[in-house]
Order: sequence, then structure tokens, then C-alpha cells
Amino acid sequence: MKTINKWTYVLCLASVFGMSGALAQSDPIRIGLPVPLTGPYGAEAKDQVRNAEIAVKEFNEAGGLDGRMAELLVRDDKLNPGEAATRALDLIEKDHANFIVGGLSASTQLSTNNVTKQRKVIYISISQSDAINEAADMSRYTFHEALNPHMTTQALGRHLFKEGMRIAFLTADYAYGHEMARGFTTVAEEVGAKIVGEVRHPLGTSDYSVFLPRLAALKPDILIFNNFGRDNQISIQQAGQFGLKANTKFVTPVLLYTARQAAGDKVYEGVTGATSYYWELQNQYDTAKALNERYKKEYGSYPSDYGALAYGAVKSLLMAVKQAGTTDTEKVVDALASLKYDTYKGPEYYRGCDHQAVQSVLIIESKAAPADNPDDVFKIVKEVAPTEDILRSCEKLGFK
Amino acid sequence: MTLDKTKTPAVFEAIRRHRVLATLLFLFLLPWLTPNYSVAAHILIFGLYALGFNLIFGYMGMLSFGHSAFLGIGAYTAGILIAQHAITWWLAIPAAIIVSAAGALVIGALAIRTRGIYFAMVTLALSQCVYFLIYQMPASGGENGLRGVNVPEVNLFGLTIDVLDPINKYYFFFCFVAISLWLISRILASPFGHAIQAIRENETRTRACGFNVENTKLITFVLSGAFCGLAGALNGINLSSVAIETLHYETSGLVVMICLLGGMGTFFGPIVGALLFLLIQDVFSLWTEHWQLYVGGIFIFFVLFFPKGVWGTILEKLHVD
Amino acid sequence: MDGFMLQLLGLQLFTGVALGAIYVLMAVGLSLIFGMLTVVNFAHGAFFMVGAYVGYLLYQYVPNFWICLVAVPLLTGLIGIVVERYLVRPLYGRGIDYPLLLTFGLGYVMVEIIRIIFGKQGLPVSTPDALQGAVDVFVGPFPLYRLFVIGVAVVVLLILWLFIERTSFGLIIRAGARDPMIVRVLGVDISRVWLVVFAIGTGIAGLAGYLSAPMQGIAPEMGTNVLIVAFVVTVVGGMGSLSGAIVAGLLIGIVESLAAFMYPEASKVSMFIIMALVLLVRPMGLFGRAGLMS
Repeated sequence: MKTINKWTYVLCLASVFGMSGALAQSDPIRIGLPVPLTGPYGAEAKDQVRNAEIAVKEFNEAGGLDGRMAELLVRDDKLNPGEAATRALDLIEKDHANFIVGGLSASTQLSTNNVTKQRKVIYISISQSDAINEAADMSRYTFHEALNPHMTTQALGRHLFKEGMRIAFLTADYAYGHEMARGFTTVAEEVGAKIVGEVRHPLGTSDYSVFLPRLAALKPDILIFNNFGRDNQISIQQAGQFGLKANTKFVTPVLLYTARQAAGDKVYEGVTGATSYYWELQNQYDTAKALNERYKKEYGSYPSDYGALAYGAVKSLLMAVKQAGTTDTEKVVDALASLKYDTYKGPEYYRGCDHQAVQSVLIIESKAAPADNPDDVFKIVKEVAPTEDILRSCEKLGFK
Repeated sequence: MTLDKTKTPAVFEAIRRHRVLATLLFLFLLPWLTPNYSVAAHILIFGLYALGFNLIFGYMGMLSFGHSAFLGIGAYTAGILIAQHAITWWLAIPAAIIVSAAGALVIGALAIRTRGIYFAMVTLALSQCVYFLIYQMPASGGENGLRGVNVPEVNLFGLTIDVLDPINKYYFFFCFVAISLWLISRILASPFGHAIQAIRENETRTRACGFNVENTKLITFVLSGAFCGLAGALNGINLSSVAIETLHYETSGLVVMICLLGGMGTFFGPIVGALLFLLIQDVFSLWTEHWQLYVGGIFIFFVLFFPKGVWGTILEKLHVD
Repeated sequence: MDGFMLQLLGLQLFTGVALGAIYVLMAVGLSLIFGMLTVVNFAHGAFFMVGAYVGYLLYQYVPNFWICLVAVPLLTGLIGIVVERYLVRPLYGRGIDYPLLLTFGLGYVMVEIIRIIFGKQGLPVSTPDALQGAVDVFVGPFPLYRLFVIGVAVVVLLILWLFIERTSFGLIIRAGARDPMIVRVLGVDISRVWLVVFAIGTGIAGLAGYLSAPMQGIAPEMGTNVLIVAFVVTVVGGMGSLSGAIVAGLLIGIVESLAAFMYPEASKVSMFIIMALVLLVRPMGLFGRAGLMS
């Protein structure tokens, strides 16, 4: 054998240094983030990624967990629950993720949760769903940072409904739509308002002309659009075109920041809705101000509602990790469950039985943005303070 | 037939003779070849889906755009039995196969009367009807999907295997796929199998030779539905849930793409297609959010230049029939 | 049925016709392309979407709805020409599956390219001022713009009919649909005919997209829903038959509208039920010819 080639020598040295370097750097804290980067909610998902990255950066800049840095593993779940489950499996088995945050549709969060709870991995869901609070889906390792349809409808309904009002629904025919309709019906019954009719449309309808004449004939005082995203945008636009806005107030449970910006002011004029976050909260909460400033510095605009949810979830998760002093799942679960936090919108905490984040609900109204501030698209009409009142009771959810 | 015909190398002759064993060997080693185990399981399951579909598409020459119905029926049957009625897997999976075969019998009986593009459209329409029916069923969970298809461990002959472990899960599915592969190979090698291919080549002639073409078509359709149903059941167990998107026509289109990519009418082609498609999709989605552009582009490339699919072209180049 | 319900039903029928107008435009293009080239164009929805985006882009430079209305089908047709010449033509002779699969992949690619250029979020498009507002159509108020869409569809169909029935080029198209081989033997450069037919088909799809934009805004995914409906309509009417496309389009539009009235959850699946029923009774579609490229 010839003398050892000099490059082999160099390689050996390099690997030794490399290895020692790796040993000095300890295991990062891996947070999986499966979100629908492709598909109709790509823009919202992208914002969730950006906000989550800010939360991670802030944690690392503050020293991490005694030198252990957090790392975000972003994955595309393609808005498909099968794909979301696969990504969750991947993150747990191959990437050894410690925690998972994510999901932008009810179905993806439920399928991800099914995977994580079997393997005892903490999952914080960041989009709306009533089902994830229920005993069948929930687990010790499941947390829900986002609002759920029940909270949204109670807050919005109690603000708007008066005795004797006539209310009609245009409901998307899937769980989320039904959950919204159910929530509003509960409030209407309490207040003495009347649900005069409901029309259900298939998910993903692009032409609502076939549903609108029936709704118009009901002559409601309030027309509630129980749908989301594109469906919401298009149905509101077309209902306006059909002249329904003249005598009816348009209401929608989730008034999405990105949808409002995409559709423009004319479509959403006069529409009232609810949301979990709007940047104007910075006038009330320093944490909102801090988030907005950081986001503005990096991206030049304001965080969206769903984006801020991702920030809140990752931030509170890392707070719990810091408090527990470890990434051990059981200890972090205990820390999260007892955490009182104000990450970006005021005080929040997770309720005991279903790990639902008890938080404020904002009632907002769309308005025309002034020329000097194109992001000023909503007016906060009311901030419903955090209360367990607007959550379904633990017994109702199936917990003993 | 030229005089100096190239002799196919002995290795390939051996593979061709024992195609089932060769394929199984490849699949056995698959988890070690792919970047992660869940892609391997995915390839295994979708490979089976494609193999079932290939019976109709590649070997019988009928393009069906509704095979997601069988994948879905199998998945939901097994899923509902396991999640909501606590039936064990070794009853739920056969039940899934039987129910999807029954579904294939109904859909097949209705669709077989049409041909060509109309057959594709009828199967599409009927599968969308199945989608709608299952969507409206409260037991299916509708848009939220069916959760709780949890098979955490498998008890076989006194041994308890932890199926949450990805490797164990893979080989658990592997057993089912192995049996299916063997069955498909036997079917294709039998006179019935030859009748199937004869129908693809020339239906009128086959009929003239005395074969009952309608029955053959229907039986093949039912068999195809059964294998796809098995794939669906396995998929449900793999992900612990069944998504309603399983029944969507995009899932039907997916299996068509996989078969074309791999090589329709070849035994190993569908698996190659599943491997390529899922790997490419996996790798590209990690790399860029515009992966659909590249996957679509690659697909177009294949359609233009490798019409026989990857495996079909490889076989052609090696002069293996 | 009391007068109120009758009125509502009438309005519902009207919306069905308006719905059908877009479906007919899409189906006519698909049917032409299939009848002439025996190509099942799975990218037709993408052309619909591209037409809407081309219109949006053009409007930035030429803010006149009417000029864009004429320009959009021409520009979309141009894109169609490029696609036919370089992607579809090479597949001639390989059987019906290949162009189908190619256009399938092409659809993905086109949607993604639009996403990259214009972003994933949709873009707002407003109704032109002249066409805003609602009109009393005897059974109730109906958006003027939708009446306009019906009108445009009628005009386009008329022009198409005149072109196919009364011009010599149209004669070649009809002959080519019946027997492409003989037409070639007679010395006609059939490849040029195909180019034109593909351009017309995709151009009409682009026009349909442009017309739809003020009703629903534009988004990269807007073509996928329409594509499926277009297929159903084309198949129900009979592939290659224009009168079939018109009848089927109206039928499906009206059925969908009535289903929405009576059993709304099923409004989307109603067209599949119709398709299944029609094909089982008449396997080649309402007006299709038996044996057409099975």
C-alpha cells in the first residue's frame, strides 16, 4: 500500500474536527410545521411559516434552552389529510421532531393529531375546528391554540343578534360549516332571534347564483356566510352582485385578512365578522406591538390572523419548554397545560379538559383602506375578553 | 425475425421467469433504498393500487377514471370496522376486499357497456356518486375524515408486533402485497390472463374466438377493484385515518399517471411508476413549493419521449418482451 | 304551487341558463377539439384560467373591457397554437390515451406557472361599470352582467355555427371530424386545420374565463371545477357534437340550479348522476355518433 494520500489525511482531520464540532453543538429542539404551502391557502400557510420562524428566532436569540437552539422543520401538507398524516409520520420517524405545530384545515389537523397522539408527541393545532376539542379526538398531547367555531359564533352572535331578528345561513356543506351554523343557532335560541332558513352549498362552489334567489326570498335581516376562504370570498361577492346587500347585513364568522386583501374593499364593504388577531391590537398590547415591529422589520407588512396563530403557538410551546427545562414530552405537557401566557394578543391559557386556548375574540368590520395605509382594512368593533363562557362545557365535549 | 437476434441475457431471463420473486426481493429491500420509511410504505401501498389498476388499464386496455372509488370503499370499510366497531384487522381487511369487490361488480356491470373515452367518463361519474354517498354518510366523518383507525399492534401466532414501529409496519403491509403480487402473476399467466390481453389487442377477434368478452371484462374489473380495495384498507391503517380525498377524482388520475410513468401492461411497471412519482413528489416538495411545476413537467416529458413508461422502455431496450 | 314559489322557480331556471352559458362555451371548445383531433384536452380548465389572467394583465395596459373581450380569445388561442404544435402534434397516431395524459400534466404546469407569476392568492376583478346592477327579468331581479354573459355566449355560438356551416374551412372541419384520413388523401393540410381548431377551442375557453372573472374573481385553481363540468357536458352531449354541447350545457346548468333549489348538497353531484344515466341509456351521449374513436 502506498503512503496515505494527502487528501485522505485532510479528510480525516476535517471529519474529526467536524465531529467534535457536532458534539459540542447539542441536539436542536425540532419543531415540525406541516402547512398547506401548495393549494388555495398557500398564502396563509406562507404567513404561518414566516411567523413561526420569528418565534423560533426570538427563542434562539434569547439563548435557547441553555444553549440548545430550536429548529423549524417546514413541510407541505398540500391541504390533504392523507398527506398531512404522512408528513407527521415522517417528521416523527425520520426527522425525530420533538413537537409538531400546524394544520390549516380541520381535516388535516385531525389526521395529524391522530398520528401524533398515538406516538405521544405534542401537537398544537393552529386552525379552527370544533372536533379537535371533543373527547374522541383530543388527547393529553393535543393542544388547540386557534379559535374554534363555537367560540367564534358565541362571541359574534351575542354581539349582533337581537330579539326578533330574522337570520339566514349560507352554509358550506362540511363539518366546519355545520359547526358554525350550530353555534349561531344556539345563540339565536338564547336571544330570541329566528333562524328563517339555511341553504347548504357543496364545498368549493364557484357559482352561487343557484343558491342566492332562495336566500333573498327569505328576506333576512342578517345573512351569515358559514364558509371559509375562496368560498367565502366568492359567495359574498356574488351575493352582493345579486343585490342582497341592500336590505340584509352580511356576516361571516371568520373574516380572513388575506381574503379581504385579495378581494378588495368593494366586495367586503359592510361585512362584519370575527377573527383571532388583527394588527391594530398593538394599540392595546405590547406583545402585539413587538410582534408587528419584528414582522414589519423582516417583511415590510403586518402579520395576518392565521400567521399570528403560528407565532403564538410556537412561542408558547417554547415558553413551556423553557419552563420545564427539558424537551421531555410529559414535562412539557404539564408545563403547557398550566401555562399562563401573553404572546401576541393579551392573556391566554389552555383549559384543562380539552387544552383549548382560552383567548379573546375580535369582532371586526371591513372598511375601505385609506390611501396612506393599505393594510388598514378592518375596524375592531369589539374585543370579547377571554372567558370559558364561550367554550362548550367539558361534559358536552364528552369528558367525564 | 432476423437471424442474428440479440439473445436476452440470462439474468433477465431469470428475472422474467420469476418475476414475482424478483419484485418481492426489490420491495423487501425498498425501505433501505428510500430516504425515509414512510415513503417506502407509501410506495408499497400505491404500488399495489397501481397493480390492481393495471389489470384494467395496462393489460385489458380500458382506461378507467374511477378507480379511486375502490381505494376509498376499501379504506372506509376497514376504517369504519376498526375505528367504530373495534373489529380486528384480520377481519376488517378481508371485509374491505369483499366490499370493494362488490362495489366493483356494481360499477363494472354498469360501465362495461361503454367503451373508450365513454368508459372513462362513466367510471368517473360513478366514482363521484360513490364520493358523494360516502361524504354524506355520518359514519365516514365527511370532510373531517375518519379518524381512529388505530392498529397499534398485531398479534400473530402468539407474537405481539408493535406496528407503530415503521419497519414492522412496512413488513406487515409487505406480507399482504406479496400475496397479492403472487395472485396477480398467477392470474396473468393463466388462460384467463391471456384472454384479458387478447381483448386489449382485438376485442372483436377475441369474441370470434369464442370468449365471453363481457364476462371477462367484468371479472377483471372485480378483481381489479378487490386489489385496489386492499390497498385502500392498508392505506387507512398506515395513516390511522381515511381522508375523503381518497375518493376524489384526483386520486383516480394519480393512479393513471403512475401506471403511465412506470409502464402499463408490464408487471413491474406500476411499482416503478409509484416509486418514481412518489419519490419525485417527495423530494421536490421538500425542495420547492412549486413542485407541481416540475412533477407536471417531468410527466409531460415522459409522455412525449417514453410512452412505454420507464420500465416499459427499459424492457424494450433490453429486447425483453 | 303558489305564485311566490313559481316566481322563485322561474328565477332559479334563469340562473340555470346563465350557468349553462359558461358550461356551453367550455364544452363547445372541448367537443371541437375532440371531434377534430380526437384529443381529450385535460388542460382545457387551465386555458379557461389563463384567459382570465391574460384578460387581467391586458386590462392593466388597455383598461377597456370591450377591447380585452375581443383580444383575450385571440391571445389564448395563440397559446393554444403553441401547445398544439409542439406538445400535442408529436403524439399523433399513438392512441387516445397519450394526448389525454399529456394535457393532464400540462394542466398542472400551467396552473403552477400562473402561481409563480401572479402569486397564489386570487386577484380581484370588478364588473365593468356599464354592466353593473340588476335588471328585472319578470321573475325577479337578475344581475345584468349575467344576462350579458348569456348574450355573449349566444353570439359566439352563432359565429361558430356560421363558420362551420357556411365557410369552406368549416366544411373541412366537418369533413375532418368525419374522416380525417380521406381529407388528407384529398390533399388538405390537416395539420393546419388542427392548429386552427385547437386555437378556436382554447380561445373560446379563454373567453369563458375572462367572462367568469367579474363573477368570481380570478385564482389559479379556478379552472379545475369548470373542467370537470365541461367534461360532463361534453360527454353527455356527445363528444364531437356541437349541438349536443349546447343542449347538454343548458340541461346540466338547469338541473344544477333546480337541485340547488330542492336538495342543495347534491347540486354538485347532480351532473354526475345525469351523466351516468345518459351514458347507460345512450353510451355515446345524446347526440354523439356511435363508434367515434372508442
